[in-house]
Amino acid sequence: MTKSLKAKGHDLADSFIQLEVLNKKQVKDEAFEKFENKLDGINLFPLKPTGIEIFQINVGKMCNQVCKHCHVDAGPDRKEIMTRETMQLCLDAMDHPVITTVDLTGGAPEMNPDFRWFVEEIKKRGKHIIVRCNLTIILANKKYHDLPEFFKKHQIEVVSSLPYYSASRTDNQRGDGVFEKSIKALQMLNDVGYGREGSGLTLNLVYNPSGAFLPGDQQSLEADFKRQLKRKYGIEFNMLFAITNMPISRFLEYLIESGNYESYMEKLIEAFNPGAAEGVMCRNTLSIGWDGYIYDCDFNQMLELKVQKNCGQHLKDFDAEKLLDRNIILNQHCYGCTAGSGSSCGGTTA
Amino acid sequence: MEKTYYNPEDLKKFGNISEFQPELAKKFFDWYGAVFEEGALTKREKSLIALAVAHAIQCPYCIDAYTSDSLEKGADEEQMMEAIHVAGAIRGGASLVHGVQMMNKAKDLMM
Ligand code: SF4
Ligand code: SF4
Repeated sequence: MTKSLKAKGHDLADSFIQLEVLNKKQVKDEAFEKFENKLDGINLFPLKPTGIEIFQINVGKMCNQVCKHCHVDAGPDRKEIMTRETMQLCLDAMDHPVITTVDLTGGAPEMNPDFRWFVEEIKKRGKHIIVRCNLTIILANKKYHDLPEFFKKHQIEVVSSLPYYSASRTDNQRGDGVFEKSIKALQMLNDVGYGREGSGLTLNLVYNPSGAFLPGDQQSLEADFKRQLKRKYGIEFNMLFAITNMPISRFLEYLIESGNYESYMEKLIEAFNPGAAEGVMCRNTLSIGWDGYIYDCDFNQMLELKVQKNCGQHLKDFDAEKLLDRNIILNQHCYGCTAGSGSSCGGTTA
Repeated sequence: MEKTYYNPEDLKKFGNISEFQPELAKKFFDWYGAVFEEGALTKREKSLIALAVAHAIQCPYCIDAYTSDSLEKGADEEQMMEAIHVAGAIRGGASLVHGVQMMNKAKDLMM
């Protein structure tokens, strides 16, 4: 089984080294233009939030998979897991009325022992819940087989990755046998009503390129996925989110190893789209780490770039008003959010 | 003198052809852009056609460009290779179908 960068003792497991790479001088002795300057050029710097609608909570880095592109560097060997005490801090913070949606991610969020308790508590507070389910977890162990029923009971929106509707592309990126299990899991979700018309149960899929290229047109990919998944496996789903791979963590390692790093950064920068920049997800989302620290987004979380200092960096000091007025922390990886039609946890932004 | 005639860096400079003749270049790039818009054919289908043609005319720039483009548009490796087979089949067929001309001529010449 493949291991996380951390377990391998890889340099890039260190967020400081990732930031060094992203900011270093390139060949031709010319660093890539600073993302901040790019935003300044369109009067978006400093970047300010427009709200805090979404609370994206990373409940732990443990995962049953070890995908090659994972920006979390997640895997079975990661032990960082959110405790019930920290979950309680999340619940206290989300009582603030501006927060309408709670987006649970990981790792495989379902592997957190308090996952179900947490979902029930959030539901009591009347929030819309999204779970980023990697699909294979449903089949990984008997105790997870009833997840589709559990999701249904709490009217959870399920968002799942499926990089392609063919086995080879999916397995190359997510591991051997992942495609087959994902298909089975999608059928189980369909069986309880997810993705079926009129059921009110939302199942959205995430497409991301399996390599050093940008995602194509979201609508056209969605139409293609719908046709192929329905034709081959009878599977239905609601929307497809086309997401750009961020040049951090394991995808950064892949880019460097395969000699694609510079050309990929060039592609991202060339495709900079002001419209996409306006809609970057950090403007209406806060990201919470397993240990209760607050970040502008899940990517900043993995680079250990906490929210601006005086705005309360930990849930213990949560202050929505201050956070609403913060300056968002930016770096070179942000180009991944603004290329082409833009990219966020909810797909394109432009 | 360059060591090779083809330099991958030159692909990025394609737009520079306007330096020597701006008006025609503008017409060409406008038309080029319009050709690849979604129409009766999807962008993906057009990209695969471009990939096949790139192989028929053996243009390394176009092969690079439309390999990336086909992937971005959501084509898979199998579709891309099939497109190239189509180009190959037409090239091969185009040679072979002229065999009829050869046969006609040979028959004219032979007793
Ligand atoms: S399933 Fe998600 S969290 Fe787990 S390794 Fe893959 S990308 Fe990372
Ligand atoms: S990487 Fe994070 S901080 Fe940067 S633009 Fe994207 S969402 Fe915002």
